Amino acid sequence: MLTYTIRRLLLAIPTLLFISLVIFLLVDLAPGSPASQIPLTVPPEVRMKILESMGVNEPVHVRYLLWLKQFFVVEPLVLIDSTFGTAFAEGQQRILSWQSRSPVFDIIVERMPQTLTVIGSAYVLGVLIALPIGIYSAYRQYSWFDQLGTFIAMIGFSVPTFFTGLVLILIFAVELQWFPSIYDTSLKVTDWDSFLAQVRQMAMPVMVLALYNAATISRYMRSSMLENLGQDYVRTARAKGMSERVVVLKHVLRNSMIPVITVIALGIPTIFGGAIITEQVFRVNGLGALLIGAIQGSDLPMVQTLTFIFAVLIVLFNLIADILYGILDPRIRYD
Amino acid sequence: MPDGADAVLDVKGLKTVFRTRGGEVHAVNSVSFHLRPGELLGVVGESGSGKSVTMMSLIGLLPSPPADVRAGEVLLKGVDILKSTPEELRAIRGARIGFVFQDPMTSLNPVFTVGNQIMEPLKRHMGLKGKAAEDRATELLELVGIPDARKRLKSYPHQFSGGMRQRVMIAIALACDPEVLIADEPTTALDVTIQAQILELVHELRRKLGMAIIWITHDLGVIAEIADRVMVMYGGQIVEQAPVRELFGNPHHPYTRALLKTIPKLGDERDERLQIIEGQPPILTAEPSACPFRARCAHAFDRCERENPLRRPIDGQPLGRGHDVACHWNPEGADA
Repeated sequence: MLTYTIRRLLLAIPTLLFISLVIFLLVDLAPGSPASQIPLTVPPEVRMKILESMGVNEPVHVRYLLWLKQFFVVEPLVLIDSTFGTAFAEGQQRILSWQSRSPVFDIIVERMPQTLTVIGSAYVLGVLIALPIGIYSAYRQYSWFDQLGTFIAMIGFSVPTFFTGLVLILIFAVELQWFPSIYDTSLKVTDWDSFLAQVRQMAMPVMVLALYNAATISRYMRSSMLENLGQDYVRTARAKGMSERVVVLKHVLRNSMIPVITVIALGIPTIFGGAIITEQVFRVNGLGALLIGAIQGSDLPMVQTLTFIFAVLIVLFNLIADILYGILDPRIRYD
Repeated sequence: MPDGADAVLDVKGLKTVFRTRGGEVHAVNSVSFHLRPGELLGVVGESGSGKSVTMMSLIGLLPSPPADVRAGEVLLKGVDILKSTPEELRAIRGARIGFVFQDPMTSLNPVFTVGNQIMEPLKRHMGLKGKAAEDRATELLELVGIPDARKRLKSYPHQFSGGMRQRVMIAIALACDPEVLIADEPTTALDVTIQAQILELVHELRRKLGMAIIWITHDLGVIAEIADRVMVMYGGQIVEQAPVRELFGNPHHPYTRALLKTIPKLGDERDERLQIIEGQPPILTAEPSACPFRARCAHAFDRCERENPLRRPIDGQPLGRGHDVACHWNPEGADA
């Protein structure tokens, strides 16, 4: 298992390099220039100077290599510096946002908590709701519980999140006025009241995303359980006199979790990127909103870096899913 | 049964019905039989004759719905287990009645170790824990002839061959010293040499442990080798029942005769074609009011169409003791 993991990690390097090249070149091909943000009153010579200082006029391979070095060497060094108080990265050029002229990673770190608290807790909540529903729906297939679950799941993944989001805003923010319709990033949780305010403003985006995630994952869980409930080893477990609890929650569940764990693990990177629309609807100032803003402002370093971070996460969680697979299923041995 | 008193298992008038979208299917129709201590009862019949369903009905292993055990008594040492609660039934399954299934490749849970799966019933029914459970599991694996038993407890099913897995299944079934072992085509999925080994093992275990065994199979060769008494099933009912020598030497029912003819013999003419029984076993959408075999029977006459034959003794012994048959036809010529 260990050698397998190391081999996979090593293999991830060329994969990521290739992805980084594609992302860099594609984004670079995009129309628009950082100069379009500069007011027209600025004379052309000054404009050229500004562009030069951004490094825009360098040939593309130079910019790519510089960006790679910044991503893989400078930024980790900055991280080390800020944790241990060292000064390895001093004087090194960091990836700068064209829009705000501040380091891309500083902005990302600033935006990360919003995304993690809102979208992350929605994902966790979704999984926690989905698993029991999937298990029970399968165990009582075609019961009213299963029918209801199927119906809600159908709604959950066929109605887009921006629509459910707007519906919720209409009901809970406009009509009932229970929750605020806009997420206030500056809110600091210091006491009970501000905690409640935080819960209230998180409620709607979390509900929307949890519904969507729970719908998908509960379907996977249900079909995986159904597949295993009919297996011969389930009959064996019953013939041994095991209680239904043991039969379902030990024998069937362990086998059914194998494919579902993969789905859950592969879904985690989407926490960071996939919730872009929901963040827009509820004005959550997270990574999704950051990416949209950067695209609109032709902030190429920001777009490249964010997209590449998503790619790294996807590769990483693919690996994690595979390792979990091997842990859950003894028939899979990677060595 | 008149001699039900000394039986370990006494089944009377068992009826099982499957409720399907197309209506009811009567899979088991008034099946009565008994099993004496230490006896090996062979149950034969082609696929769909109700062999497995009968045995699974006994201990509530059929999923309900669609299955519905509608009538009958199953007396295990005199106590009707059909009347027991699900919880009481679970205490019987695996403890007093052991089950071995057909396909050892899929009957073990792939994600748990063999030791874990053997120890499960030990922990549940015998209250064994930790080391004691492990010792007993080792003992069981040794009993079924798996070498290096203690180490093998930590192996997973996929690390065993088919024959070895069936040995593990037998070890699980025997874990709590059951009074009855029900083996549902345990050698069908195995190749012939492994099959011979398993049969040998069962012989040996019977000698050592002395439990009663019900052996379901469609292989008459296997039955001839191991059974004391044979029950032939067709259309969800018992059509003939006799001690093994009597059945092979003096088969009465046309179905039994036809079955025996289907066994290829060594030394037969090469160009002679294998005997087959034409047609399909019936799917009974209602309780049969006529003989279920009549459509495929060479000796069928009008009475077979009118009434479903009851089992009758043909050797003067009380019903269930000796040789009985459910057939109107009389091989000696005159109608019964």
